[in-house]
Amino acid sequence: MTTSTTRTAPPAPAGLFPRAVSRPLGWVTLVALAVLVLFGLGATPADAIQGDAVRLLYLHVPTAWLAYLAFGVTSLASALYLWPRTRRQAYDRIAGASAELGVVFTGLTLVMGSLWGRPIWGVWWAWDARLVTTAVLFFLYLGYLALRRVPGSADGNAKRNSIAALIAFLDVPIVHFSVTWWRTLHQQGTVFNSDLNAKIHGSMAFTLWWGVLAFTLLFVWLLDLRYRLAVLEDGLADAELDLAIAERVSADDATREPVADGSAR
Amino acid sequence: MSIWSEARLVAGKDLRIEARSKVALTQVLPFGAIVLLLFAFALDPDRGILTKAAPGLFWVAVLLATLLAVARAFSIEEQHGARDALRMSGLDGGAVFLGKMAAIAVELLALELVLGLGVVVFYDIRIERVGVLLLAALAATLGLAATGTLYGVLAAGLRVRETLVPLLLLPVLAPVMLGATRSFEAALGGTTSDAWPWIELLGLFAVIYVTMGVLAFGPLLEEA
Repeated sequence: MTTSTTRTAPPAPAGLFPRAVSRPLGWVTLVALAVLVLFGLGATPADAIQGDAVRLLYLHVPTAWLAYLAFGVTSLASALYLWPRTRRQAYDRIAGASAELGVVFTGLTLVMGSLWGRPIWGVWWAWDARLVTTAVLFFLYLGYLALRRVPGSADGNAKRNSIAALIAFLDVPIVHFSVTWWRTLHQQGTVFNSDLNAKIHGSMAFTLWWGVLAFTLLFVWLLDLRYRLAVLEDGLADAELDLAIAERVSADDATREPVADGSAR
Repeated sequence: MSIWSEARLVAGKDLRIEARSKVALTQVLPFGAIVLLLFAFALDPDRGILTKAAPGLFWVAVLLATLLAVARAFSIEEQHGARDALRMSGLDGGAVFLGKMAAIAVELLALELVLGLGVVVFYDIRIERVGVLLLAALAATLGLAATGTLYGVLAAGLRVRETLVPLLLLPVLAPVMLGATRSFEAALGGTTSDAWPWIELLGLFAVIYVTMGVLAFGPLLEEA
């Protein structure tokens, strides 16, 4: 336990990468996103059937990709934390940072899908297997984030968080299969089908792939930022605890001097 | 002592507490029953919606009662330092998991029996295939009890556990809800072959989460 005398100003938070990498990475990401906007809104033609609504897919698909990537990283980092040889607090922070990104981008995927579905399908929501799986995924990891917010000892929490992340991860394929069975047993030929991809050519395909690339960069950049923030948050919590202890000790000292020890309490 | 006799000890302890305190009997069971009654208010009984939706409504009622049963199973460990005693008893973590899970499963099966009778009587249901029904109920109950016990210990000792456990548990149970409802539909009127993939899914779910629980319960109990 550190005391108030050893407390110093917190050092600049260590990130996943050194500053010399993360800053350029941020700029590259922003440029990549700007190029995506140019291509998505300008250089690509409107779709023959979907019209301008197709442009939403240049965001929707990369967002969904980012969300899955983020949950994958959360699971991997949690497994690495649970494995005794690779147990480091950094993995718990990565798992948390990545899950947060995953939940945000799953939410965005659902919202954008809904906005796209309204003009194309005529409804805001369809009980399609992929939609339902994504919605369940959203709530699975929302629960995980709620668990992460519970205060407690760093080590105990990290172990609990890691196990919770793996329990949630195990559920994802089961949810996917059960929901797919459920919908295919009732209706044939869901709205999503393989010829959606087969019809994409030229500049549209390029934009889609560029979007995936840009959002992968975005993920790495945001993960690093969120990780730095997690380090700062932990440092703040420690500092506040030290401060509270120091105040308590000095208050005890102040009251103990004039009166006898027993009556001071 | 083998893991099985240790598990039997823990299950016996939990069931004995329930037999004496009667919380499951006087609170969880009536709760499930009133949920069935509420469905009749929500869906007009005269239009046959209740009969058609009966499998789903039954499992929603069971699912909600499961939340109470899990909360109860871990609140008895909060009093008199029981959780510390359990931790220091030297019992294997996996055995404690199996014991607590078995106690919850027994309570849930009893609850399902009563609620099932209620559904038959009040929702006007005719069961065509009892075997399919029982098998599905058993597999689903094991899955419910295993995940419930796992999340119960995960949140044990946390101040927010009453609100946290439902949020963690319900999304995970989505496949159980689907599988149990579809196989009950098959048992009530469809064909048996419709039920098999779902019963297999329920079985797989139970196996995965029982394994996970046996492995993770010990470390989680230590952190609780």
